[in-house]
Amino acid sequence: MTRTTPSGRIAAAIAVATAIVVAAPVISIITLAMQPAPDVWQTLIHYVLPRSLLDTALLLVGVGALSLAIGTGAAWIVSLHEFPGRRLLLWLLPLPLAIPTYLAAYVYVDLFEPLGLVHQTLTAWMPMQDAVRLLPTLRSLPGAVIIIALVLYPYVYLSARTMFQFQSAEFAEAAKTLGAGRWTIFWRISLPMARPALAVGTALVSLETLNDIGASEYLGVRTLTVSVFTTWLNRGSLAGAAQLSCFMLAIVAVLIAVERYGRRNVTTEFSAESPRLTQRTTLSGIKGVGAVIVCLLPVCLGFLVPLLYLAHQSFKRGLFANFDMALWRDAFNSIAFASLATSAALLLGFATILAWRWRPTRLRFVAMNIAQLGYALPGLVLALGLLAPVLAIDNMLNTVAASLGWSLPGLVMVGSGAAVVIAYVIRFLAVPTGFIKAGFERIPRDYDDSARAVGAGQATTMRLIHLPLLRPAVLGAVIVVFVDCLKELPATLLLRPLNVETLATSIYQYASRGSFEEGALAALLIVAASIGPVAWLTRFSDIPSGPA
Amino acid sequence: MTNFRATAATAALLCLAAFGASPASASGEVNVYTYRETKLVQPLFDAFTKDTGIKVNVVSASSGLEQRIKAEGANSPADVLLTVDLGRLDDAVQAGVTQPIKSVVIDETVPAQFRDPDGQWAGISMRARVIYASKDRVKQDKITYEELADPKWKGKICIRSGQHIYNNGLFAAYVARYGEAKAEEWLKGVKANLAQKPSGGDREAARDVAAGKCDIGIGNTYYWALMMNNDPEKKPWAEATRVILPTFEGGGTHVNLSGVILAKHAPNKDNGLKLIEWLAGDKAQHIYADANYEYPIRAGTGVNPTIAGYGKLVTDPTPIAKIVANRKAASTLVDKVGFDN
Repeated sequence: MTRTTPSGRIAAAIAVATAIVVAAPVISIITLAMQPAPDVWQTLIHYVLPRSLLDTALLLVGVGALSLAIGTGAAWIVSLHEFPGRRLLLWLLPLPLAIPTYLAAYVYVDLFEPLGLVHQTLTAWMPMQDAVRLLPTLRSLPGAVIIIALVLYPYVYLSARTMFQFQSAEFAEAAKTLGAGRWTIFWRISLPMARPALAVGTALVSLETLNDIGASEYLGVRTLTVSVFTTWLNRGSLAGAAQLSCFMLAIVAVLIAVERYGRRNVTTEFSAESPRLTQRTTLSGIKGVGAVIVCLLPVCLGFLVPLLYLAHQSFKRGLFANFDMALWRDAFNSIAFASLATSAALLLGFATILAWRWRPTRLRFVAMNIAQLGYALPGLVLALGLLAPVLAIDNMLNTVAASLGWSLPGLVMVGSGAAVVIAYVIRFLAVPTGFIKAGFERIPRDYDDSARAVGAGQATTMRLIHLPLLRPAVLGAVIVVFVDCLKELPATLLLRPLNVETLATSIYQYASRGSFEEGALAALLIVAASIGPVAWLTRFSDIPSGPA
Repeated sequence: MTNFRATAATAALLCLAAFGASPASASGEVNVYTYRETKLVQPLFDAFTKDTGIKVNVVSASSGLEQRIKAEGANSPADVLLTVDLGRLDDAVQAGVTQPIKSVVIDETVPAQFRDPDGQWAGISMRARVIYASKDRVKQDKITYEELADPKWKGKICIRSGQHIYNNGLFAAYVARYGEAKAEEWLKGVKANLAQKPSGGDREAARDVAAGKCDIGIGNTYYWALMMNNDPEKKPWAEATRVILPTFEGGGTHVNLSGVILAKHAPNKDNGLKLIEWLAGDKAQHIYADANYEYPIRAGTGVNPTIAGYGKLVTDPTPIAKIVANRKAASTLVDKVGFDN
């Protein structure tokens, strides 16, 4: 289609190299899993695996179903109806994305624990011992389902909203002329048409749930992720952990298949020209109030409650008054890791897509697809898999240095934090790749051809035509990756170097020592740093919310 | 694109600045991997640096450090691993990341019961696994560990996960004393007495007693002292309870160790040894005792008054090495009886 040019070859080389780096941890995990771990397996098979498979399945189904209900409901209400407060809700509904799952877990356990805020409020009306029996047991599977779904529903909401928003009016109007009511239209027309988007959103929620370790561990749900963690760290078996990881990868493969299946018919339906959009129905009076309440509820529970609680704890402890130096250092580390990873992911994602756009060969197609697989790797599995190749490089560097008679550099990759950045890049590369791919799909190839006809080279076309048109996609990708990196816990926990904590790891440590409140300010910082980007993201909510 | 390039370049610079400060294996340093809370150990390390001029680099985590040292292999920067628990000491030995601590000072200061026979680890301080009993609802002054399985406590006991290292240590001590079959029976009995599914931490055990969820909670000695003296918000949790030092029938109280190992490939081995010896010294032992309310391992170092208020500690004479050998068995039993389910 297009000639091979030097820049094209560079892009292709980067694309292939990227694919290799992304594939490395998976290959490494599979290699590790081939080692025997018989004594560990005895215990795992008898006592651990049945339970953790069941817990994982129940958690995924529960969180998926609840996020689906909240996300779809809210998206339908705000997309197809007009009522006072709607614009504010558009801005508010995605905000729970700024709350990491583990933070939500810590906050809700604190709120509902005996002698906690809720309990103390209840004791105003009844004796303490009666009140304590009314408290829900949040450290349980149902507790985990509710808490995790409350912060992850925006994935479904954002993709559902994209669909509802652009559903062309004809269908609904045709149905209306046939006498269908609003509910019938929702169940028979809107929902089936939005099914692909809902599948994509739910798959993302499931991947995030599977990735979670902080919340599940804290809430006492022994998912596969938690089992992998304890098998390696408490039972000392890397091979056993790798074998469990392979189970997780199998589950991920199923989730991806679901997502792909859901997306099979979504191409560029809403490309350059917009369809005639559905007129929003006006809800007035009690119905309008009802809509506001229904939409406000998930925002309050998934965002405002955690935020206010963290602020309250920080304030109460005078944490605002005496800033800790360590906190600034952690914040700086978080931002440094996240910025570097975001930049790298963006560059690599761009090169990968560009290689495919310029010359769609089979190899480049494969490379592009592999590059997007990292999102499916739970952070913990990724970190485990990355450890071997990264340390191999480190050891090789030392061997080389020794043979040259230089002083040994030590662990360069792990010691410098490069391993953390690499892990982030691999895990989140799918986001820029997906966003930019989607962005390119909206730029008709005619534009490229016209540019070439007037003698513009690839670079010029890129600069003058593609980049300006891709701006929203690139910005959206930057925001999503940056926020994801800030929140990332499991990989950071395992790969961070000496003397280095990020906001996420320091909160985790406070929480695992039972004094989460002392990390409240760090928690608040993560949320604060994420609010802006997430809110900004809503400006681009006509773009697929997650990696596409 | 220009904007983007500038952003990327700035980010890269920021990172270089951040990592420029990361430690190398230069002389005058010691690299410590620790499970202890940074806030707690930092005063110790600061004092050590002041005394010796040796800089201490720290990485702290709540799990996996010995596995990390193992993965890092011969190039690991780790010199010393500081644990909060005897289990992790054994984990480090099992992972093959230790080397014998050859020190006359340690041999003379740390009683043989609290050292590895092969010198692979040494205890630095002790904490006892005790009972936080409700002041209102528990009249007994003496309780044995065996008694925790007595049906009279049905629905009255709160405890954290049976797989947690502190409980693992206690259960392993039980196995060491009575064997697996009797330990399984005992664990089933304790499980039957629980007021709720094991959850939370040791502080929460006191809290749940205070809230009336249970009558006795199982926890370590120092949590109670910390809540009482250093945490106004949690003081009521401690105030609702009193600490009873339980014993085995005809034996003493189970103690757990905070200890150290010297890493197999320690790049600053001499400094590592210096730190270990210093930690067993009088000054460090005092800091431990007063800052974290632990029992000093060094004979003659005074116990903090709050801890002394629990009564006189008579430790379970079972050698820690024997307890350590039964950890896996204890962990498997917990899974087997479904203690945490």
